[in-house]
Amino acid sequence: MASDAPLLEVAGISKAFPGVQALSSVDFVLHRGEVVALIGENGAGKSTLMKVLAGVHRPDAGLLRLLGQAVELRGPADALARGIALIHQELSLCDNLTVAAAVYLGAELRKGPFLRERAMQHGARAVLAQVGLHVDPRQLVATLSPGQKQLLEIGRALRAEARVLIMDEPTSSLTQVEAERLFEVTDELRRRGVGIVYISHRLGEVSRLADRVVGLRDGRNSGEIPGREATHERMVSLMVGRTLSQEQRPSHSPGEVVLRVRGVRTAAFPEACVDFEVRSGEVVGIAGLLGSGRSELLRALFGADRALAGQIEVGGVPLQRHGPAAAAAAGLVLAPEDRKLQGLVLGMSVRDNLSLPTLHRRGRFIDRAYERDLCARSIAELGIRTAGGGQVVGSLSGGNQQKVVLGKWLAANPKVLVLDEPTRGVDVGARAEIYARLHELAGAGLAVLFVSSELEEVLSLADRVLVLNHGRIAGELPRARLSEETIMMLATGMEVA
Amino acid sequence: MKKILGIAALLVVIALTTTWLSWDASSQSYTFLSGYNLQNLLQRIGMFGVLSIAAAFVIVTGGIDLSIGSVVCVAGCMLPWLLRDHGVPPLIAMPLVLLLCAAIGLWHGLLIVGLGLQPFVVTLCGLLLYRGVMRAFTGDQTMGLGGTADELRWLATGRIPITESFGLPAPLLVLALVAVVTSIFWTRTVAGRHLFALGRNEEAARFAGVATGRLTVLAYVLCSLLAGLGGCLFVLDVNSAQASSFGNFYELYAIAGAVLGGVALRGGEGMVLGVVLGACLMQLLQNTINLVADSNQLEFAVVGAVILAGAAVDEGVRRFFRRRR
Repeated sequence: MASDAPLLEVAGISKAFPGVQALSSVDFVLHRGEVVALIGENGAGKSTLMKVLAGVHRPDAGLLRLLGQAVELRGPADALARGIALIHQELSLCDNLTVAAAVYLGAELRKGPFLRERAMQHGARAVLAQVGLHVDPRQLVATLSPGQKQLLEIGRALRAEARVLIMDEPTSSLTQVEAERLFEVTDELRRRGVGIVYISHRLGEVSRLADRVVGLRDGRNSGEIPGREATHERMVSLMVGRTLSQEQRPSHSPGEVVLRVRGVRTAAFPEACVDFEVRSGEVVGIAGLLGSGRSELLRALFGADRALAGQIEVGGVPLQRHGPAAAAAAGLVLAPEDRKLQGLVLGMSVRDNLSLPTLHRRGRFIDRAYERDLCARSIAELGIRTAGGGQVVGSLSGGNQQKVVLGKWLAANPKVLVLDEPTRGVDVGARAEIYARLHELAGAGLAVLFVSSELEEVLSLADRVLVLNHGRIAGELPRARLSEETIMMLATGMEVA
Repeated sequence: MKKILGIAALLVVIALTTTWLSWDASSQSYTFLSGYNLQNLLQRIGMFGVLSIAAAFVIVTGGIDLSIGSVVCVAGCMLPWLLRDHGVPPLIAMPLVLLLCAAIGLWHGLLIVGLGLQPFVVTLCGLLLYRGVMRAFTGDQTMGLGGTADELRWLATGRIPITESFGLPAPLLVLALVAVVTSIFWTRTVAGRHLFALGRNEEAARFAGVATGRLTVLAYVLCSLLAGLGGCLFVLDVNSAQASSFGNFYELYAIAGAVLGGVALRGGEGMVLGVVLGACLMQLLQNTINLVADSNQLEFAVVGAVILAGAAVDEGVRRFFRRRR
């Protein structure tokens, strides 16, 4: 009986976080020697599901069965002890350890209080040979390439005798050759009866490896396709496949070009060259998968990071000096991705945050009257809900914090407003207010450029969308041709007719 | 503000206790309250207070300067060298010394901002480096002023008489001037606001267009400049400096005064008034030990224990209020 039971069975798993239902009653099954690919948009619940499987999160409802037996995972160590190993997307190895120490981290071979270095080196060599990684176990992890580190992580899972391997975007930092090597190892593990949950945005890999493809959308199952029938189109429709209620949105009439980007290259994708223009009164979205270089592009435009090459013109004038101060002075401002780290000085008051970028325009001494006016005006115009200008900004809700970020930059009279994930961590109500405000600003002639991982946001906000893939603009979609399918196709590297 | 009230209260309690303990039966008076003692105490407060404000400048940026004592030594040795050995006029010699100290701060700032070295490392090496260089430069000889700067010495030893036995010491006036200017800089100027913003969250300040690098360098320059000013006052006070010991441990008194006065080591927090009160407390404690104990052997131990107790009580109070919220 037990031998017929699937290796891993996920039954009706639900998980909520404050404000989000991340997973709603998700089911799937993994058999021995099978590769199941999990696909879905950013935020569809893949990461949460993976963390539930690895014992990081506990599900609110539902059941996990290992070989037919219900199990409750008490933590990552417990999951590993039961044979479920997670290979992280961001490699989670300690660079300062030797290869042997990394393989045995947390399960060191010992004799009393002493480490059995020699035995661990032997063991590491043997287990790494199984994944085709032939390195000296005494060398430091830091000396390995990303691909070798990935194999080392798999080797560590094998050392722990994992029966279920969860791979999260395993090829995101690998070269073509390293990725090919990883696929071979995956095939070999499959032959040996290991079950693999494979999470990837790269649909080409998925159709190459998967025995079955399971789709997730908004935290629910969206269907399942056998591996050999998994075409690009079918997978994309599994990921998006939802008709959006198109809300009423005002149409803008673009004016002259106010932002001209020529030949900009960023450190993330040194070989990819980006050219585009944004007109006044236009709202342009930048879409693309995680790691496609969206945020890096915005940071380079704002001068937060140095661009490797290229020219940026704001209002017809090329930016001469580098840096956020120069960009802001020229009229290009950025509401950054990480509000708490980059957007606001959390420990300072609402008033001080609002005036921070413009105070120096009012002379060397602090202009208290200006601060008071700006604060009162911003609170009224943007509808910032705060006890007063003196309240510490860190105690506001995400939506109100984002309004403060908007307010401080609107005070600078920008020509181009750039937003990175404009509504991340913002509740639905404040989100609608922010959208309305952005439309209003565009109507008044501001050029708005934004990056968003949420397709719905891109569709409802943008007049025009640039889709990035590996740092390049893979395509441009005017409003008429905008749909989740066209964006996802361009983002995953397909041509759109 | 609450923190400042706390430290002011502590100051009063210790002053009263010291007064009470300093009763001298033979002269039927409180030694602590004698004009001579108070005058000395206020003079030391003036000189060490300048150093605490120096330290506070870098601490509010989230940095630290461990080289303050050695910069004091540099100023203390270079001022006599210029005045006595080279006959440079006092009104040129002192600005030259201050310029040299500011250059040391500039060097710190450039290493920290340009090369990305840690302030702790840069200034710890500075602590060793400058004292070592000064010892070699002076051949460990005592550098005396030898009567070449009698007018300038008023800055350190001068008094504005109030009563027959008590006058306001000039260094206290220097501190008052430095404190007022610093306070205006911190609370009224845009650069001051930017300094505190970058101390709280350097990344966000940079993303708001604040010139974080330049301001950080400025903070280190001002810190070393003020340390140099303190060094000049010290050498003008005692008339000579010995490179191996002049200014030893002063960076710790300076930092302790600033931190006691409510300047948070994590940066972005602090008031000048608090720093001045912190410096007062440090000097008052030493005065208490000198008056009450027969020897000053326990000095370090008592100072350490009081600061530790203060920090523990502060943290305890904060946790108590956080839990209630």
